[in-house]
Amino acid sequence: MMRNVDVAIVGGGPAGLAAALAAHKAGARSILVLERDSFPGGILQQCIHNGFGLHYFGQELTGPEYAQRFVDEVEKIDSIEVLLDTMVLQVNPDRSLVAVSDKNGMVRVQAGAVVLAMGCRERTRGALNIPGTRPAGVYTAGCAQRLVNMEGMMPGKRVVILGSGDIGLIMARRMVWEGAKVEMVCEIMPYSSGLNRNIVQCLEDNDIPLYFNTTVVEIHGRERVEGVTVAEVDPATRAPKMETARFVPCDTLLLSVGLIPENELTKGTGAQMDRVTSGAQVDAERQTSVPGIFACGNVLHVHDLVDNVSEEAAIAGENAAKFALGTLQKAETVRVLPEGGTRYVVPQRLVRGEGKAALYFRVRAAYKPARLAVLSGGREIRSVKKRVMTPGEMEKVVIDLKDVAGDVTVRVEEG
Amino acid sequence: MKKEFVCISCPVGCRLTVWQDEKSAVQVEGNTCPRGKTYGVQEFTAPVRTVTSSVPVSHGAQRMCSVKTDAPVPKARIPEVLRAIRGASLRAPVAVGDCVVENVAGTGANVVATRRVTEKKR
Ligand SMILES: Cc1cc2nc3c(=O)[nH]c(=O)nc-3n(C[C@H](O)[C@H](O)[C@H](O)COP(=O)(O)OP(=O)(O)OC[C@H]3O[C@@H](n4cnc5c(N)ncnc54)[C@H](O)[C@@H]3O)c2cc1C
Ligand code: SF4
Repeated sequence: MMRNVDVAIVGGGPAGLAAALAAHKAGARSILVLERDSFPGGILQQCIHNGFGLHYFGQELTGPEYAQRFVDEVEKIDSIEVLLDTMVLQVNPDRSLVAVSDKNGMVRVQAGAVVLAMGCRERTRGALNIPGTRPAGVYTAGCAQRLVNMEGMMPGKRVVILGSGDIGLIMARRMVWEGAKVEMVCEIMPYSSGLNRNIVQCLEDNDIPLYFNTTVVEIHGRERVEGVTVAEVDPATRAPKMETARFVPCDTLLLSVGLIPENELTKGTGAQMDRVTSGAQVDAERQTSVPGIFACGNVLHVHDLVDNVSEEAAIAGENAAKFALGTLQKAETVRVLPEGGTRYVVPQRLVRGEGKAALYFRVRAAYKPARLAVLSGGREIRSVKKRVMTPGEMEKVVIDLKDVAGDVTVRVEEG
Repeated sequence: MKKEFVCISCPVGCRLTVWQDEKSAVQVEGNTCPRGKTYGVQEFTAPVRTVTSSVPVSHGAQRMCSVKTDAPVPKARIPEVLRAIRGASLRAPVAVGDCVVENVAGTGANVVATRRVTEKKR
């Protein structure tokens, strides 16, 4: 199969679907979404809890409901075609791509513009190197989420969770609601990267203890997990204090230790990457350093709120359509740089000129209170005070592009 | 009796202390804005939660269909609600909003489907 389209989109999760809708609105005549799963919707299909869409729809939805709204819209538009069960293997700098599917065999696409929306995957145990045996019963929290919510299978009965990110917290409650006992959640840091709401409603509601500065130092069991050894860590070095080690019997260990953007295809295009986000470097239009290749959603940087994903994907989709139609202006860009407590900023580049631009960033540690300053050309162009900024929440600041007079720096400090 | 809560209405996470005074009025301390007071009073007097789960589907392109209560239910009734959901099942096709359990555990809320499940192709 060989196809020629204005815009090709890799991934049919919330980012890919929102990008497709925006590309259509911006005038793209043919849009092709390639998705390896049998259903569109991405990760949201397994996030059956509620709390989605408060910003975007002004209404509290579950993950599948949020996804369905976009699927319904996409199905109404004839110029958007979604190819399911189709895995993209390669994206080339000339905006051609190669995919395979059972139904169509090899699929070759030449696109006017490409939007990368592959999402992210979970960090696994191997990435963490916990010593001990290699028994069954160790899952990433997201994998367990899929098993329980979509396959109707319980991974175990007595559970320890390592990492207090939102997926781990959500799964703690889910396992209890399905009849399992959750012994504890261990967090190596002195704070949780999860939302307060999840700590209260998932852990406290179910009397599940959360131990900070604590990690799993060994996994026990031959065929199946029989328990784990947990120990406190030194808050400064995060080295385990073995005198605090204790054995906790369990048959399941869930890992909720972070997400990694899925960027093998992106790297294949030769796009410049950001070492901190592990995603591509983009400008305000979400274009990578390779002309006509755009990126959005979790493949660009890990978002905690899907609402932000939809917003960002709409920017990428719109500009991809403009690029394909030849109406996207080329202009010189300045760099956007993190400083002080700022860990990263997206976009990494900006065009000077008219209008406003939203900068998304994360901080390294908790700042209570926090002072944010945006500087350009040696001048402070924006200053904001906030009661709190935490690494778990993505922050946003809007600047006026006419104030931009050279590289832009986003600085956060205590104050 | 005094109760302690963490306000979840925004990321600041103020620590609230809530109690009933002699005139049975609910008092909230520790909040830094009015939303915290509303939350404290609600959690003290009648905490509610939306329950979400999955139920098996027969003849579907998927094995499970996600569901939720269409209104928050009293926190204390969650175990009964979950028991009722565990006993439920669906037959494809299922549309978003289809009722799965009516007036679940007498709470007045219905359990409804939150995803679409099409019929399995033969
Ligand atoms: C386990 C987990 C739980 C989460 N829980 C929440 C939550 O509770 N609330 C919240 O707001 N956010 C949550 N998130 C964040 C959530 O991922 C984002 O809100 C949102 O789903 C990101 O959308 P996306 O489209 O960028 O990525 P995804 O939803 O991951 O979609 C990416 C899609 O691309 C497809 N794909 C990838 N590579 C290829 C390829 N080579 N060829 C074809 N298709 C491909 C994938 O199959 C997938 O469908 C969670 C994330 C994870 C990983
Ligand atoms: S009381 Fe107000 S400021 Fe404090 S956590 Fe609640 S909503 Fe936020």
